Amino acid sequence: MENLNAILPEIFISLSIMFLLILGVFKNDSSKITFNLSLFAILITTIITFNETYSVNRETLFNESVVIDSMSSLMKIITLIGGFLVLVISSTYLKTFKIYNIEYPVLILSSILGMMVMISSNDLIVFYMGLELQSLALYVLATYNRDQLKSSEAGLKYFVLSALSSGLLLYGCSLVYGFSGSTNFDIISNQLNSEEYVLTFGIVFILVGLAFKISAVPFHMWAPDVYEGSPTTVTLFFTIVPKVAALTVFIRFLYVPFLNLIDQWQMIIVFLSIASMVFGAVAAIGQTNIKRLIAYSSIGHIGYTLAGLATASNEGIQSSIIYISIYVVMNLALFSCLLMLRRKDQYYEDIEDLSGLSKNHPLLSLCLLVILFSLAGIPPLAGFFAKFYVFKAVLEQSMFFLAIVGLLSTVVAAFYYLRIIKIIYFDKEKDKYDTDHSLWLKFSLTVSTILILLYFIFPSQLIEVVSRINII
Amino acid sequence: MNFPILSSLILLPTIGALFLFFIKEKEGNNTTIKYVALFTAVVNFLISIYLWIAFDQSTSSFQFIEDRTWIKSFINYKVGVDGISILFIILTTFITPLCIISVNNSVKNRLRDFLIAILIMESFMIGVFSALDLIVFYLFFEAGLIPMFLIIGIWGGARRVYSAFKFFLYTLLGSVLMLVAIISIYWITGTTDVVQLYEIGIDVKYQNLLWLAFFSSFAVKTPMWPVHTWLPDAHVEAPTAGSVLLAAILLKMAGYGFIRFSLGLFPIASEVFTPLIYTLSVIAIIFTSLIALMQEDMKKLIAYSSVAHMGFVTLGIFTLQQQGIEGSIIQMISHGLVSAALFLTVGVVYDRMHSRLISTYGGLVSVIPKYSILFMLFALASLGLPGTSGFIGEFLILMGAFKDNFLVAVIASIGVILGAAYMLWLYKRVVFGKLINEDLKKILDLNRSEYFILSCLAAPILFFGFYPDPLINTIEVSVTDLINMNNTNIASK
Repeated sequence: MENLNAILPEIFISLSIMFLLILGVFKNDSSKITFNLSLFAILITTIITFNETYSVNRETLFNESVVIDSMSSLMKIITLIGGFLVLVISSTYLKTFKIYNIEYPVLILSSILGMMVMISSNDLIVFYMGLELQSLALYVLATYNRDQLKSSEAGLKYFVLSALSSGLLLYGCSLVYGFSGSTNFDIISNQLNSEEYVLTFGIVFILVGLAFKISAVPFHMWAPDVYEGSPTTVTLFFTIVPKVAALTVFIRFLYVPFLNLIDQWQMIIVFLSIASMVFGAVAAIGQTNIKRLIAYSSIGHIGYTLAGLATASNEGIQSSIIYISIYVVMNLALFSCLLMLRRKDQYYEDIEDLSGLSKNHPLLSLCLLVILFSLAGIPPLAGFFAKFYVFKAVLEQSMFFLAIVGLLSTVVAAFYYLRIIKIIYFDKEKDKYDTDHSLWLKFSLTVSTILILLYFIFPSQLIEVVSRINII
Repeated sequence: MNFPILSSLILLPTIGALFLFFIKEKEGNNTTIKYVALFTAVVNFLISIYLWIAFDQSTSSFQFIEDRTWIKSFINYKVGVDGISILFIILTTFITPLCIISVNNSVKNRLRDFLIAILIMESFMIGVFSALDLIVFYLFFEAGLIPMFLIIGIWGGARRVYSAFKFFLYTLLGSVLMLVAIISIYWITGTTDVVQLYEIGIDVKYQNLLWLAFFSSFAVKTPMWPVHTWLPDAHVEAPTAGSVLLAAILLKMAGYGFIRFSLGLFPIASEVFTPLIYTLSVIAIIFTSLIALMQEDMKKLIAYSSVAHMGFVTLGIFTLQQQGIEGSIIQMISHGLVSAALFLTVGVVYDRMHSRLISTYGGLVSVIPKYSILFMLFALASLGLPGTSGFIGEFLILMGAFKDNFLVAVIASIGVILGAAYMLWLYKRVVFGKLINEDLKKILDLNRSEYFILSCLAAPILFFGFYPDPLINTIEVSVTDLINMNNTNIASK
């Protein structure tokens, strides 16, 4: 009998999903209670994850197809907290669009379950199962506001393209299996031999599939449309939680099965990173819709996290994880602001709608100011430190080209963030927005802004947490 | 010294700004807000004066050092002052209260936010001048962009958005390369602590590239020709208090950076690149002086004169002579006072006439004599008349330059003449001549607060003009030591 404690969180969350589904079927008008129960379920899962796995150094289950180590537990906790906050600030938005149904929390829970499986996977098949579980839930979530044409379009587009990338991924997996004779990461790692050039195809296919999932250039085309079309709360979910999971898988793939083939993939990652940083910065300049802009900015941010991965050092991996954690906080804060732009049951998502916000809503504007400067990477805000750690790791490996291109693209990116600040602070004011926001929304905005603002006082804590992760 | 005096200097304005944040802004009556801000700034000034008195002038080592672990086994929060930085700190704390008094007239809306921005700015600037760790320095150096961007963008004139963006992006572009250099230094030497770096030194083969990266940042901030173009735009569009901050303090960060980091960390590269700096400085002096002659906008004229003066500063620093560097530091302090004063004098007439064009004015001497006298003093100080602080700086710089390179010194001297030409011509057109513009007849002379501010600036300009010893004594040992360190470094190669 295996020791199942380590996957207790996954078991608990699957049971909760089943229970909530049954509850939804048998109880009328149960959306409120499902919402609250699912929040509770996530909370409990987080606690279990923390208790059962946080101190585990490395443990494998089911013929080594599932791995529990410091990286997986940390990333699961980030995923769960992200999911919790997304769910908790969604309710007003969903009620406005009359889509406050039981399916929403259940879908979020199942995609979180999929991600947790992905994060822990140490086997091609387990990994693929997790990936598909989270993707299926995400397709539905993208179309969740089904009365709106854009939302349906987003879901369909996401489904078609994502299925294509899954196909590529599977093909890559089958090639790798063919050469190594196993689906287990550790065994693959020992079997692979860089002489086999067809194997490179396998790796490239897998990397393409993964790059699609984190929307790295040139596999980013779906992101702006899907982000724009999906309901805002779902977009928030898209921009943070699946990225954390996909990044973990990325790290796991690169540094466990393919570690010996570093010469083959390092250039690919450097290319993806540079392309994402530059393209994300340049393409965001012309946007008028905030959600589209965030899509491009998140492409840029993924570029920076990939820069950390390209270094092939523990320090680089740690810096990527720090980057994504700070990015999660910043995006959460940004979307909380976006969800506050509501006037008489209508949400506003054009950049022009922010015009002169500072006159009527000084506090909200101040938060946006902090968040945007942080996203632009201006010290002493958290966003700067995120970039700083990444470039510190990159420069340690003497990858000057990557560092300089990355830093120059922050200057370009600063331009479009400044443009939003300009619109908020320098332009003429418009009508007031409603101020009766839910307590949770205010809470998430306040906490995340304070974290961003005051991160510089205690920068060591996050580093300490992350420094336990030693993959190589 | 156990009391963290430097940290309190850095923190106090921020705490003041926090207090301001919680005071409600009332329409029309903002005295509480102003007094809180002024009180903070004045207390800070007094602390910095105490710092100067307690400062030991006989040693070049850093004093009042605070050293705390910040990011474990990587960066320490380390601050301290030596003879060079202490003067800049005092300049900062001296100019800020004057800025706050001057907002009476120039800032009409959102006064509270403006004062918050100024105070936070002060914190960052003091941080820049006292940081003894490259990364701490970078943090403060870059963070200053945020309040300045807002000051120009929110309270500026017609083309404020364009200027704010130009200012921000130019300086950010310059600085990111410096960040690459700082991280590289960390990997080369294993530390970013300036004091330790002075001792270990940096391998010669890296010095040139690193020097260039630092230069890219400092050149934009100084600003040196040809990357000076953000300065006139930013100056012209910023409100008076913003221009004063920009000219008096922000521009000094780069000059300070050149002395502290370029000379201190990369002595050999500094020697190598001296011709480059000479060329750019001389071009800046001559070229921008000529441009200044052609200006029709008073603020723009003063902005270009700032570029020319900063040209002298960079020239002086890289003469690597005792006189040259001392002259540069005094020139920076003096320029801080004089340009602040000039922007304020322009602000005075702008508040009354809402025009910065020289052609609007003429014959002011017959209606506002007090103003005209003070304006004359500042104009003369700007062109470096003996008896004003401007003279000491320029004279020492030229002395240093003559020792090092005769040709450069001769060309720079022509710049002095051009400087006299544009300043005197400006003064003539604004103050003398016939009073043609009818509106000018009703113009009021300086009010009490304006008179107070301008006298506060006039006093040190004259005092240090006749008696520069306090300044020179403070910097002497530090500069001598810096040069000795450079010479030994160069000799050993």
